[in-house]
Amino acid sequence: MELTKGLIAILLTAILTQNFVLSKFLGICPFLGVSKKLNTAVGMSAAVIFVMALATAATYPINTFLLEKNGLGYLQTIVFILVIAALVQLVEIILKKYIPALYSALGIYLPLITTNCAVLGVVILNVDNGYGFAQSMFNSVGAGLGFMLAMVMFAGVRERMESCDIPKFMRGLPITLVAASLVSVSFLGFTGIVEHIFG
Amino acid sequence: MAEKKSLFKEFSKGIVIENPVLRLVLGTCPTLATTTSVRSALGMGLAASIVLVCSNIVISALRKVIPSKVRIPAYIVVIASFVTIVQMLVKAFTPELDEQLGVFLPLIVVNCIILGRAEAFAGKNPVLASAVDGLGMGIGFTAALFLMGTVREVLGAGSFLGLSIPVLSQNPMLIFILPPGGFFVFGMLMACVNRLAESRGKPRAELRGCDACPMAATCKLHNEPKPEEPQEKEATA
Repeated sequence: MELTKGLIAILLTAILTQNFVLSKFLGICPFLGVSKKLNTAVGMSAAVIFVMALATAATYPINTFLLEKNGLGYLQTIVFILVIAALVQLVEIILKKYIPALYSALGIYLPLITTNCAVLGVVILNVDNGYGFAQSMFNSVGAGLGFMLAMVMFAGVRERMESCDIPKFMRGLPITLVAASLVSVSFLGFTGIVEHIFG
Repeated sequence: MAEKKSLFKEFSKGIVIENPVLRLVLGTCPTLATTTSVRSALGMGLAASIVLVCSNIVISALRKVIPSKVRIPAYIVVIASFVTIVQMLVKAFTPELDEQLGVFLPLIVVNCIILGRAEAFAGKNPVLASAVDGLGMGIGFTAALFLMGTVREVLGAGSFLGLSIPVLSQNPMLIFILPPGGFFVFGMLMACVNRLAESRGKPRAELRGCDACPMAATCKLHNEPKPEEPQEKEATA
């Protein structure tokens, strides 16, 4: 019981209070770049959740049983980025061959994700926080869901902004960033909520 | 003489005209995350610059050896090695900076500026020019971070480099060092830069999204309209 409670707390923290995009600033490039339309935003974030979970499942055993056991912790960065890059390629090939439907939905976003700092970020944070396997998985899925929530909300905001009369010097990137700032303020409202529920 | 002049041009373009953060809109994640104080902003800028210069030199020296099909993984390995070196140095000599930068220190690996310069410049140009290009871009990145860090620390904490400023430190506007303040200050800075650029007849910095991404060349989302893409992709897969 205590364990499940802890896991749910990690999940909620990753989605709401420590949202990857809006309070940790990880994955800002796709957040600003791919959030123009709702359907691309959903597709991209689904791919991110998928890769985050896979990357965590792959890097956790490598880190615990290979690197840390042999005192090679300093190789973390190199090993993780290579594992993620190889994994994304592999997943792409497998999906293309065996599950074409899923491939056509997520495939186009996969190469983008290799160099996405959110994926490498979540893997490194799991190690830094000393999470076990279940905790790491929950944290990764939560981070992915948080990414999706932020993307979908922001896509809605941006679709509204298309029809607004914005002062000329603010058009384009500046107003997008200010809007992101306001969305981020709304997430500040979640501060402390997880501690209150589970504390 | 002409060569010297062009080298200076490579150097100076990174600082103002093609400033990676303010004009090319690259490396937004560290820009937003590490500018809560001037000190961590400078630390991040310096760390990224060192990696950028070193990786540019090595990649440009190896540019004829690396086959173009596996160039991105090769670049990533080179960059990751230098990031690991910098990470160890920072951990050993300035542990407090390591704490402030946290996960963003290893994340220099996926910083778009570094991979972007490798792909756009170092992979095609001689060693000296690449080193100079990396230095210019690094200084431009550091300068932009310094600017953001100054605004956020002065307004949000009422101090500069840790020294408190008399009136402002009484009631600092905390929101500026919180995440929303990062987005807001960056947005305002971009508005100012765009205004300046426009008044000089230069194009404004646009959010180019995928175009700015170093993976754009290999990405299918980006290349979708092109009909010849599928065959090429199969060849690389």
